[in-house]
Amino acid sequence: MSTAIMPNHGEEAGQAATGISATRPGRPAHWGDQLFRLLLRAAGLSLVVLVIAICAVLVWKALPAMRTFGWRFLVTSVWDPVAEHYGALPLIYGTLLSSLLALCLAVPLGIGAAIYLAELAPMWIRSPIAFLVELLAAVPSVIYGLWGVFVLAPILRMYVQPALSRTFGFLPLFQGPPYGVGMLAAGIILAIMIVPFIIAVSREVLLAVPNTQREAALALGATRWETTRIAVLRYGRSGLVGAILLGLGRALGETMAVTMVIGNRPEISASLFAPGYTMASMLANEFTEATSNLYLSALIEVGLLLFAVTVCVNALARLLVWSVGGAVAGGRE
Amino acid sequence: MRFQLRRIVNRVMNGLAAASAFLVVLPLLLILAFLVYQGASSVNLDFFTHLPKPVGEPGGGMANAIVGTLTLIGLAALVGLPLGILGGVYLVESRDPRLPWAVRFLADVLNGVPSIVVGIFAYTLVVLPMRRFSAVAGGVALACIMLPIVLRTTEEMVRLVPNSLREAALALGIPEWKVVLRVVLPTARAGILTGVMVSIARIAGETAPLLFTAFGNRFWHQRLDQPIAALPLQIFAYAIAPYDDWHRQAWAGAVVLIALIFLTSLAARLATRGRVRGAR
Repeated sequence: MSTAIMPNHGEEAGQAATGISATRPGRPAHWGDQLFRLLLRAAGLSLVVLVIAICAVLVWKALPAMRTFGWRFLVTSVWDPVAEHYGALPLIYGTLLSSLLALCLAVPLGIGAAIYLAELAPMWIRSPIAFLVELLAAVPSVIYGLWGVFVLAPILRMYVQPALSRTFGFLPLFQGPPYGVGMLAAGIILAIMIVPFIIAVSREVLLAVPNTQREAALALGATRWETTRIAVLRYGRSGLVGAILLGLGRALGETMAVTMVIGNRPEISASLFAPGYTMASMLANEFTEATSNLYLSALIEVGLLLFAVTVCVNALARLLVWSVGGAVAGGRE
Repeated sequence: MRFQLRRIVNRVMNGLAAASAFLVVLPLLLILAFLVYQGASSVNLDFFTHLPKPVGEPGGGMANAIVGTLTLIGLAALVGLPLGILGGVYLVESRDPRLPWAVRFLADVLNGVPSIVVGIFAYTLVVLPMRRFSAVAGGVALACIMLPIVLRTTEEMVRLVPNSLREAALALGIPEWKVVLRVVLPTARAGILTGVMVSIARIAGETAPLLFTAFGNRFWHQRLDQPIAALPLQIFAYAIAPYDDWHRQAWAGAVVLIALIFLTSLAARLATRGRVRGAR
């Protein structure tokens, strides 16, 4: 089981030991083996080709819009299919704001729950809660949307938003009529959706922290919380940042639930009560309606933007999580 | 005095952590409770055997959407499973140090790409040349989502197969490809099955990539190059429509969809229970 305890960066050395293709000198490879290896290699390569193809297709189809609008596409806020003028600023703003809102809600809860699951909870309760969290991650987006439209939005409209505007109404964030649907609803739904991912990854990170860390802190007389804060959280810091970024990546690209509750209006408003629009929900709503080539191209450019941002966020997150441990990549049970 | 303070802080923070764990689970319970409450009354035999009725006529079902979802899963599995499993084996058995790293990394990255972007990809690749929405396009989109999940879980499971098993087989003079197919894969079978189930549970509920590939259909599909209905698409269409009866149908569809997904996830869990440890 050398692979299980081996840190990630040592994987190259381990691979030769694990795979059966460790060199066996003095014997030519069987023709079936050569064919089989070729097949395996092709399957592995297919994934690389797929990612490159997605990238290439998006760039190719977005070219007309890029040529027409250039960088103005990113900073103008008119979205007018009739006049064939497209600017993605409200979409970018809506995507970032709703994801940020989701992170504000989901990060403390997610990390807290992960700490509870990995450090504090009695053994018998850990796996039921972990199982429920897994189920939460398995609920499809469209069902969250359904729930958001018929349960969450009315609650927000009738109770939460009036209360918020009474107490914090002096802030521009909480002004305006309470529609129910809007940026706030989108943020809450997104938070519910990304919390399972944050919990799952940060729990793995915490479990990968060596026990000697905890023992050292406890031996010095630290309390449970001090041990967690000083010895565990600090040790797993970059992995936790990775977990949060993975959650962010999910939130940025989440489509259906957001489309159903955000209100779908391409406007920039300081208020969380106002309807907004995200890149993904714009695609979901308008892609099949795109009548002209330029319209379609502009939408695909939005898709390309979304692709680029999520790929960067995810790549960074993976590298961070892998850095805490190969421990995490290889050492999971 | 100082110690007292530290103990209080300890209590408070531990309490907060426990509270957040329960707060996180709460929405799941709320959603499930509401689904059952709203949907159970609308799920009946008609729902599984009838086509959707036109607006205004009560009753009807989503038989075509249920069959459509299963068809789409089948199409996706046709491409996604062989490629994913072989790719996963490749990651373990290859001796090249660099390409497997890239494949692993790109699989994780692709797993995080928004599904709607994958939909755009399938649209330009399949729908534009064929000049119509089709089941095949939907299958391609879902396969792209399935591939990285199957690939990574297969890799993890194949890695658990003890090397002594491979060596024993090789020592008998069996060629490598036979060792992989007859010894390594069967040993890891339960784990791989879990990965397959997880990926199916994931694509069963995908809506965004189907919007402009499979497109949806209110009738039975005749051929695979035609638009096809899917359960999540139908739920979406009914949820945003202004008719009460359709809302009820949407809840019923949601109950059926979530039952399908939870049963698949449960099967995935049961498939590996005890076996993975045994394999080590």
